[in-house]
Amino acid sequence: MADTERIARRPAAYAKAGWRLTPRMAVGAVAGVLLLVDLYLIFMVAPTDANLGNVQRVFYLHVPISLMSFLAFFLVFVGSLMYLIKRSGRWDSLALSAGEVGVVFVSLALITGVIWARPVWNVWWTWEPRLTTTLVLWLIYVGYLMVRAYAPNRAKAAVYSAVVGIIGFVDVPIVYYSVQWWRSIHPPQVVGPLAESGSLDPTMYMVLLVSMLAFLFFTVWLVMERMAARAAEDELGRIRFELRRAGQPSGD
Amino acid sequence: MKDFLGPMATMVWKDIVLEARSRELVVSVIVFGLLLVVVFNFALRPAPGQAAALAPGLLWVAFAFAATLAMNRAFIREQEAGALEGLLVSPVSRDAIFLAKAAASFIFMLLVEAALLPAYGAMLEFSALSWTLGAAILLATLGFALIGTLFSALAAQTRSREIMLPVLFFPIITPLIIAAVAVSGGATGGGTFTGLGRWLLLMGVFDALFLVICPWVFSFVVED
Repeated sequence: MADTERIARRPAAYAKAGWRLTPRMAVGAVAGVLLLVDLYLIFMVAPTDANLGNVQRVFYLHVPISLMSFLAFFLVFVGSLMYLIKRSGRWDSLALSAGEVGVVFVSLALITGVIWARPVWNVWWTWEPRLTTTLVLWLIYVGYLMVRAYAPNRAKAAVYSAVVGIIGFVDVPIVYYSVQWWRSIHPPQVVGPLAESGSLDPTMYMVLLVSMLAFLFFTVWLVMERMAARAAEDELGRIRFELRRAGQPSGD
Repeated sequence: MKDFLGPMATMVWKDIVLEARSRELVVSVIVFGLLLVVVFNFALRPAPGQAAALAPGLLWVAFAFAATLAMNRAFIREQEAGALEGLLVSPVSRDAIFLAKAAASFIFMLLVEAALLPAYGAMLEFSALSWTLGAAILLATLGFALIGTLFSALAAQTRSREIMLPVLFFPIITPLIIAAVAVSGGATGGGTFTGLGRWLLLMGVFDALFLVICPWVFSFVVED
């Protein structure tokens, strides 16, 4: 039973690797520190907005989270396209990981947006172009995750979701322009979005930049973690398969 | 080119003959469309003269729902008795198979819409005869057929396929619905008539883009 022996020796191989600083840990540590600094800056350093009060602080989370969800969906697109061309599981893993992170982030963007909208615009929701596009984006990528969940097997899940990842990403700019034109024909009934006339206070600007950087690291770290978890799932699957083939109980 | 169009025409003709004999798709979708306008009437209770203002929206909600209903059948029918495998092993390119299926769905949807339009026109008090409305219907239906055929092929192979198609289809076709409603608004008198060319162009760009992308990704969906 050479197989069984080889498998039995594998934990030792893992243990021998020992502890070392992986890029993933480094990115995670930087993200953690930056997020703590960011929290301090948001609540202690950034000035309270003269008109909007403390609720304006959600802006430092909302803007980076929204942008990072776009980054995540771009990664889904890249992963999907490369998977269809190269057929390597790594690209599929990237698309899956970025897709999950992106859906969480776009959900958070919608929630933080609502927290902003209620006190400032006096409504929970308005069909403003950016809000509408974000909602459509959320729907597209929830569909993306559903396709993965409902596909008959993993190989099919990878291909089907890659197709949705590509079509969805190509569609987003068209959705955005159509919603914008639609709005320009029917003028909005509530006050428009935060007037970004470039007159942001320098301290606020600095806090926003730090926040962006923190969330950039955080996003990259989350995607890396998810990819590592996926790799571990695959490894476990392989070990179980080998054990079963070797006639050993698989430990299920 | 002849190797491409010949088999394509054969496949489209096959779907038309199948539909002419079974009559399970076009007729039932038309009945569904008529049911929708009845439901709208009870749900919205438009006062006389007010219906035209609601017409473009109702028209396109009905057409989009009818499209998902029709598209759901497109590949389920092929999967029965392993007909899809038969198509795939035949010496025809995947692009031709996709475009044939999309063309057949396009024709069926146009038939459904042609039947529903006069009925909707009469019930919602607008003139169904309009060039702009016709252009909007052609462009939007082409987009429905492309996206619907692709996702129908994909959804037919997943669990809970009846749900997967609308979940994927509706978010993607949002721009088409917006543009089609805007154009029809001018045609039916239910809205302002602004930027007609821009909306038609938007639908044209949507169709052209997915006319290129959909056949390419379709070949991955049906591979084994």
